[in-house]
Formats: sequence, structure tokens, C-alpha cells
Amino acid sequence: MKPNLILHVIAKFLIPLIILFALYVQFHGDFGPGGGFQAGVIFSAAIILYSLVFGLESGEKIIPHHWLRILASLGVVIYAGVGIESLFLGGNYLDYTILGSNQIAGQHLGILLVELGVGITVAAAMLILFFAFAGRGRE
Amino acid sequence: MGNHISLLLVIVPLIAAPLVAVLPRGRLPWATSFVVSIVCAVFAGMQLWSVLQGGVISYELGGWAPPWGIEYRIDAVNAFVALIVAVIAALTLPYALLSVEQEIPEEKIPTFYSALLLCLTGLLGITQTGDIFNVFVFLEISSLSSYALISLGRSRQAFTSSYQYLIMGTIGATFYLIGVGLLYSQTGTLNMQDMANILPTVLHLNTVITGFTFIMVGIALKLALFPLHLWLPNAYTYAPTVVTVFLAATATKVAVYVMLRILFTIFPQTFTIATPADELFIVAGMAGVIIASVYAIYQKNIKRLLAYSSVAQIGYMALGIGFASTTGLMAALIHLFNHALMKGALFMAIGAIIYRIDSCRLDQIHGLGRAMPWTFGAIIIGGLSLVGVPGTAGFISKWYLVTAALEQSAWIPVAVILIGSLLAVVYVGKLIEALYFKPVTDNGKVVTEAPLMLLVPTWGLALANLYFGLDTDLTVGVAEQAAAILGGMKP
Amino acid sequence: MEFIIGHYNYWVVIFLMMVGLYTVISRGNLVKKIIGLNIFQVSVFFLYISMGTVEGGAAPIIAEGVKVYSNPLPHVLILTAIVVGVATTALALALVVRIKETYGTIEEDEIHNLDHSL
Repeated sequence: MKPNLILHVIAKFLIPLIILFALYVQFHGDFGPGGGFQAGVIFSAAIILYSLVFGLESGEKIIPHHWLRILASLGVVIYAGVGIESLFLGGNYLDYTILGSNQIAGQHLGILLVELGVGITVAAAMLILFFAFAGRGRE
Repeated sequence: MGNHISLLLVIVPLIAAPLVAVLPRGRLPWATSFVVSIVCAVFAGMQLWSVLQGGVISYELGGWAPPWGIEYRIDAVNAFVALIVAVIAALTLPYALLSVEQEIPEEKIPTFYSALLLCLTGLLGITQTGDIFNVFVFLEISSLSSYALISLGRSRQAFTSSYQYLIMGTIGATFYLIGVGLLYSQTGTLNMQDMANILPTVLHLNTVITGFTFIMVGIALKLALFPLHLWLPNAYTYAPTVVTVFLAATATKVAVYVMLRILFTIFPQTFTIATPADELFIVAGMAGVIIASVYAIYQKNIKRLLAYSSVAQIGYMALGIGFASTTGLMAALIHLFNHALMKGALFMAIGAIIYRIDSCRLDQIHGLGRAMPWTFGAIIIGGLSLVGVPGTAGFISKWYLVTAALEQSAWIPVAVILIGSLLAVVYVGKLIEALYFKPVTDNGKVVTEAPLMLLVPTWGLALANLYFGLDTDLTVGVAEQAAAILGGMKP
Repeated sequence: MEFIIGHYNYWVVIFLMMVGLYTVISRGNLVKKIIGLNIFQVSVFFLYISMGTVEGGAAPIIAEGVKVYSNPLPHVLILTAIVVGVATTALALALVVRIKETYGTIEEDEIHNLDHSL
């Protein structure tokens, strides 16, 4: 791949901002618009941009493929695990209220954990899709 | 535990699916899936038992009271369908071990079982939920995983048939989504019970009638009702054997269940009967029985033959729904159960043949019945049940179907059911003729009986065909309760 | 006239829906079919979202001085449907890639000929 100075500089400048914005959307999701779906996609966009500019190989070095698989599974397990945790605490499935000392704290903690799971799975799934399609035909 | 069983039935395979995907290669993914399927079958059995004893189970997800939160609402109808799905899964998985090892590349096996568990999650989810939008989500979970599963078939046609199914399935699901949106815009609720309470006040609106039509067409595509069945024969023919067994015995059944819910629980029956929906079901059902059976006779591929026979059997269920009487609904539900048994047994037996000779063409199996007597025995029992010979499960469902038709003096459907059975004699006969009476094609290969791991589940289903042909307490008893819940007002 | 102007969102939805469905049915190119399917799905997203609008309503976040909120439920439903749509598109494209690799074409009629000339 021919290096392009403008692309490299702009990408290096933008990628940290994109990741920061992703984290903002992720963790601000319980106060304002945002949440795991959006944050996951934005986060994966940062890595996809990096792979587009610096080449697929360097992109795959950031997160190896089998790690993506594990992360995608981990997110679902976090989500379902929060639900199971509330079962063990004596509530219904995904009943966040009993996770904390009072209703607000419980709902807050529950939604934060669940959205974290969603964010991890979405980011990993988007990257798996990208690498699967972009890597096709090279090997 | 108590009510949590209804929830765990969906959550256990959901959690297992991502875990299986990251397990190392080898037999661990299979073992995990097998345990999960057994757990689900036990839970489904317990759930049906407690519904029959104590009435409706209502489970509020997240502790939010319906109609605001999602509610799982289980009565005799969905407990029955959930049991069918879970039991078929528990019988398919022991069968899967050898068949999958032969047909699927080793590196894809963990993903295969992961997708199979996701498909199970989706199908069980549809049966459990009491929320009409949640049905869409689970429908798509099961459909997407089944597209992926079908595309793992060994021939290249697997890709095209999976693509074809994906396009038609997505159009069907989107139609359903449009219908749900239109109903939501007029009722302001997504909870099935709540919607059933509100709908009678808005039935005269065109929006509601349009929504009803969209949902009907969407689900009819999913259940492969006769003119919308085009995806089914290809998908069943080219999918891996295990996937064919599982989907043939469960996927269309769950779609029939959704149809019953929409027609008889959510919409008032006076409305359903006033629309041409019931007549359409009878016409489509009759056309399906005759035309698909004739198609089945001319097939040269055994899996394709049985796939067309499945379209015909869906026609019988559509007839039962169309009669809209208690007996008709009972017949549809009994046939739902019995068809899962007979097609499961038949596809498993055919799978055993494919395992041995690696082909499912009718001219390749000549004389194999004598080399594989146990497999052949299972095919005979499944075939007789498909025809509806007394003493097999198939007879019971046809008996109730004919009774329902006679109650309404509907002579043409009675004739169609009889002709359909005769056509079934022809295509089952063709299968048995090729397997037993044709001379063995001598190509130097010595074919032996299928391994025990394949035979035991096959015979489990074959014997179930005989058992439920003689002892009808479970099927008829549960179907009677379920039909009473759905209603069926038409005399 | 009121009927046409007052329901303009529905006209947009119906137009997109028909364009999408027509593309799926009429095109023989497998990728174009997927594009049609996407347009068809997006029209349904519009149907839901425009349905959830309340005239003069603000975003459904509790704030001072705001009395009327839009209905957030259709948005949430469509968020789910969008995710389903992405998954469907990805799976469909993956299938097309495999079809291209095994058949060497993505035209429906050519694939049909290849399968039946065996």
C-alpha cells in the first residue's frame, strides 16, 4: 500500500477523538442519547479507519481475530449474566432494581453493565464483519 | 425456580450459543449443545406440566408490569409447541455428532453448533413471548441462524438456496413488521393480551385490516403455505442433514403457532371468520396438499421428495386452521406434533443413508433396504405414518381433520384429504420400492447398517410415531385444552 | 389536497416500499436484490419513526419546561430492526461472495443455467 502523508496525519489525529467519542456515547448513554449500539459502531469505525489507512495487516495486529470472537461472545455473556445475577438476587430476569441499594442505583448499574455488554459485542461483531469481507480473496 | 423455568428455556440456549462458539475444536461444542438441549427439553416438559395443572404462566421481564414491559405468557398452546421444539432438538443433537463430523469442515463445527443453539433460542423465544414485536425479534434470530446453517451444506446450491430463503424470509418478516406497526399505531400496545382487549374497538378501521393482511402474508411466507412455499424445497434439499431434520420438524411448526395466535387470540374470532382469511386457508391448504404431493411423486432426490411432502403436510394444517372450529384447531395442533415426529424420523433415516453412501438420489439407493434393515424399518414406519395408516400417529391427525371437515359438511376438503393420502401412498411407495424391491446397483461398495448413534434417535422418533398412534392421551388431551383456549367458534 | 399533503410521510414510505420490493423482484443481479431489500426495510423504519412523532414534541428526555414528548417506543423498536437489517445484509453479502467464488457470476439467470447444465 502506498503511504499517503495527508491520510496518515489526519487519521492519527482523528482516531483518538473517535475512540473518545465512542466512550462518551457509551458511558453517557444513561443520562442522554447514546448507548451500546452506537458506541460499539463508533469504536469499530476508529479501528476500521486505521485498517483502511495503514493496511489490513496492521489493523489485524491491534486485535487478533480469535480475540474478536471471544469479545463478541463475552458481550452477550455480560448481558445475559446481568440478567442471571438479578435472578440469583431474587428478582425477575433483568430486573435491575435489586442490583443496587435503592431503585435508582440499581437501574443505573444494571443499564450500565448491560450497555457495556452490548457495546463490546457490537464493536467486535462490526470488526469481524469488516475483516471477513476485506480479508476475502487475499489469502 | 417456579416461573423462572419459562424464562430459562430461552436464556439457557442463548447463553450457551456464544460460549460454544469460542470452545476449542473437538467434541466439546457438541457435548455442551447436547446438555443444553436436554435441559431445555426437561424445562419444556416441566412447563407444560405446570400449565396443565395451574393454568397460565405470566413472567414479567425486568420486573416491568405488562403491558409496558415484555411479558412471557404461556398457556397450553405455546407450552405444547415449546415442548415439540425442545424435544426435537434433544433428539436431533445426539444424531448430529457423527453426521456433522462427516458433513461440516472441522474448523466450522463450533460455529455450526453455536448457530444451531441460536436457532433453538429463536424458535423457543417465539413460543414463549407474549409480546408481538418480540415475536419479530425471535423470528429473525431463528431465521438468520437458519440461513447460515443452510449455507453450510456441501453442494454449491446450498449458497443459492440459502440466499433465496434469505430474500423471501426477510420479505416475510418485514411484512410482519409493517403489520405490527400498523396495529401498534391504532392500539398503542404491543402486548398480545392488551392488544386483544383493545382491538375490538378499532376493528372497522382500514389500518387494522391492512395490518392484519400484512401479518397474514408475512407469516404465510414463513410457514411455506402453498403458493409461498418456493424457498422450502431447495432449502431442505441442500442444507446439511441435521439442519434439515431440525428445521423440517420445528421451524414451520412455530410459524403455524404464530398464525394461530394472530388469528384466534389477538384478533377476535368474529373478525377472523368475517374476513376471507379462513376460506383462503382452506383453498391454499387444498391446493398445497394436491399439487405439492404430485410434485413429490416426480422428484429424483429423496430429500426433495420429502420436502415437497412437507409442503403438502403444511396444507393439512392450513385446512385445520381454515375450518376455524374447535375440532379443526385440534386437528391442526395434533398434526403439528405428529408431523414433527414423522418427518423427523424420515429425514433422520434418510440422513443415515446419506451417511453411508454419500448421496440422496433415488437411483443410487436401490436395494439398500436389505443392507440397512433398521434404517429401512424406520423409513417404513415414518412412511406409513405419513400416509396415515391406522395405528400410526399420522392416522390420528387425519382422523381429526376429516371429523372437522365432516362437522361442517365440507365434502371437497374430505375428498382432498383422501386423495392427498393416496398420493402419499404413491411417493412413499416409490421410496420403499427403490430401497427394497429394486436390484442392488453393483458398484463394488459394501454398505453396512448405520452406526448406533444415528439409529437410536431415528428409532426413538419412529417408535414415538407408533406410540402416539395408539395412546393419544397426551396429544389429543393437550390439543383439546389448547384448542379450547384458542376458541374456534365456527360450528 | 389535505389528504395528500397531510399524510406526506406515508406517501414517502409507500414510494420507498414499492421501489424496494420492485427492485427485489425484478432484478436478476444478486447484489441489486440486496439493495432493493434494504430500501424496502428502510421504508418500514420510516413508517415507524414518523408514526412516533408528536407534533411539537421534544426528544423524550425529561427536561424543565417541556410538556410534550415524542413517543420513544417506535424508535427503540426500530433500533432493534436496524440491527436485524444490518445482520441480514451482512449475511446476504457474505452469501453473494461465496456464490461469486463458486459460480463465478452473480446473475441469477446465469447461475440457473450453470446448475441445470450439469
